[in-house]
Amino acid sequence: MADWQPSALQLERQAYRRSRTRRSALIAFVSTVVVFAAVAIAVVNSPGWSRTRDSFFDLRTGWHDMPALLRALWTNVQIMLICEVIVLVLATLIAVARTLQGPVFFPLRLLAAAYTDIFRGMPLLIVLFLVGYGLPSLRISALPSSPFILCIIALSLTYTAYVAEVLRAGIQSVHPSQRAAARSLGLTHLQTVRHVVFPQAVRRVLPALLNDFVSLQKDTSLVSIVGVLEVVLRAQNFNSQDYKFVHYVFAGLIFVALTVPLTRLTDWIAARQGWNGTGGGVV
Amino acid sequence: MTALTKPQPVLAVRGVRKVFGSNVVLNGFALTVAEGQCTVLIGASGSGKSTLLRCINLLEVVDDGVIELDGEDITDPRVDANRIRTKVGIVFQSFNLFPHLRVLDNVTLAPRRVHGVAREQAESEAMAMLERVGLREKATARPDELSGGQQQRVAIARALVNSPRVMLFDEVTSALDPELVGEVLSLIKDVKDEGTTMLLATHEMGFAKQAADLVCFLDGGRVLEQGPAAQVLGDPVEPRTRQFLARIIDAGRL
Repeated sequence: MADWQPSALQLERQAYRRSRTRRSALIAFVSTVVVFAAVAIAVVNSPGWSRTRDSFFDLRTGWHDMPALLRALWTNVQIMLICEVIVLVLATLIAVARTLQGPVFFPLRLLAAAYTDIFRGMPLLIVLFLVGYGLPSLRISALPSSPFILCIIALSLTYTAYVAEVLRAGIQSVHPSQRAAARSLGLTHLQTVRHVVFPQAVRRVLPALLNDFVSLQKDTSLVSIVGVLEVVLRAQNFNSQDYKFVHYVFAGLIFVALTVPLTRLTDWIAARQGWNGTGGGVV
Repeated sequence: MTALTKPQPVLAVRGVRKVFGSNVVLNGFALTVAEGQCTVLIGASGSGKSTLLRCINLLEVVDDGVIELDGEDITDPRVDANRIRTKVGIVFQSFNLFPHLRVLDNVTLAPRRVHGVAREQAESEAMAMLERVGLREKATARPDELSGGQQQRVAIARALVNSPRVMLFDEVTSALDPELVGEVLSLIKDVKDEGTTMLLATHEMGFAKQAADLVCFLDGGRVLEQGPAAQVLGDPVEPRTRQFLARIIDAGRL
C-alpha cells in the first residue's frame, strides 16, 4: 500500500519505542562500564598487584614465547580433530544401537549401555593413565605404543560415551508421530533413523554437542600426563625456567580463541537453517 | 449523548493495520464487540481473522490503529501486555496444551502463577471447570492421552478459568474430526449462553447461524460486510460475500 501514511498516534508510538530502545542501550552501556571499571580498580589496588602483574601479566615475556606455544598447540589441534571424527562416528553407532528394538539386539543394547555407563562415569585422567600406561605394559606388539595415539584412544573412549548419550537424548526427543509417518511410508527402522529421526535429533542437541566438543578441546591439555608435548606442558616448561605464570595465561587465551569461533559458527549455521524454534518472536 | 444511552463496548478496534513483510493483512480494520455478544468472523484463509485475534491478545504488535479493551488503549506501548492478557482468553486452532503437564495442571497454571490463587482453591476451581467441560475424570491425564475434542475442551477450560473479559476462539474446530466438532461447538454455545463476551473466527457457518449475534465477513484486510447471521449468511449484499458463501456451500460446509 503505497498510499498508506502512519497516523500521528503511530508515529508517536514509534518515537516512544525508539526512545525506550535508546534508554535500554544507554543503561546497558553505563552499567557495563561501571562494573568493569570497579573490577579493574579493585585488582590494580590490591596489595599484591605489582608481583602478580610481573608474574601473570608480563606481556613481553608471554609474547616472546608465544610462537613456541602455538607450535605446541598444533598437537592439541591434531588430537582434537582426529578425536572429533572418531567420536562422532562411534557415538552415532552406539546411540543408534541403543534404539534398536527386539530381543535379537539385546546383547548389543546391553553392551552399548554398559560401555556408556563405564566411560561416562570414569574420570578422564584415570582413563588416560589406564590407556597410556596400562596398554603398553601388556607388551603386545600389535598394540600402538606411541603416546600420541594412546591419548587419542583414551579421549575418544571417554567422549564417545558423552556424545552417545547426548545423541540418544536427541533421538528420544523426536515425537513418535515422526517415526510413525516414516514407517508408514515403508522405511525400515534404520532408514527411519537415518533420514527422519537422526537429522531432527542432531538439530535439537547441537548446542549440547558443541559443549562436548569444546570440552574435548580443553581436555586435550590433559594428555601431557602421558608425556605428549602439547600447549600446557610447553607453558609448564617455560614456567619452570622463568617462574612466570604469564605462559599459562597465554595458553588459556589460546584455548578461548579456539572455541569462540566454533561457537559463533554453530550459532550461525543454526540460525541460517532456521533451526531455532521457540525463543524468537515478539512475545 | 449516545455515550450515555449506549454502554461502552468491551472491545473496540479502530483503523488497525498489520503488515507481514509486503503482505498487508489488516488495513484500516474496525470492529466493536458489545458486552455479552458473540461476534463471528468469517472469510477466506488469509483474510486476517487469526491475525486480528492475535493482535487483540497482544501476541502481535499492530502497525497502526487502536484496540480498546473496556475503553483502555491496549496497543499503547506503555501498557503492561501481561496485565492485558490476564483479561483476554484465547483458544488456538491446534490446542497448544502444555504436553508436560497433567490436564489439571494445565488449567491451574495461570490461576496459581499469574492470578496468585492458592493451590487448593485453584485446583477446586479447575475441577469445577473440568466438570463444566465434561472432563472431570481426565484431570490426571496427560494431554496426549486425550482425543482432539477433549484437548480442545481442556484448552477452553484453561482460558475460561481466569474469567476473562472477552474470549477469543481462533478456528478452534479446524483441527478436529467432524464427529468431534459438535462437542466443542456445543460447549462454546453454552459458554455464550452464560453471557461470556466472545469473538470467534470460524469456517463453521452452521454454528455462526445458531450462535452469532453479529457476523462479519472479512475481505481485503477489513470488514466488508456485517450484520445478523440471517442477513450476512442468508442474503448477503456484497458480491464478494456471495462468492465466498457459494464456495462454502459447494464444499458442503453450510
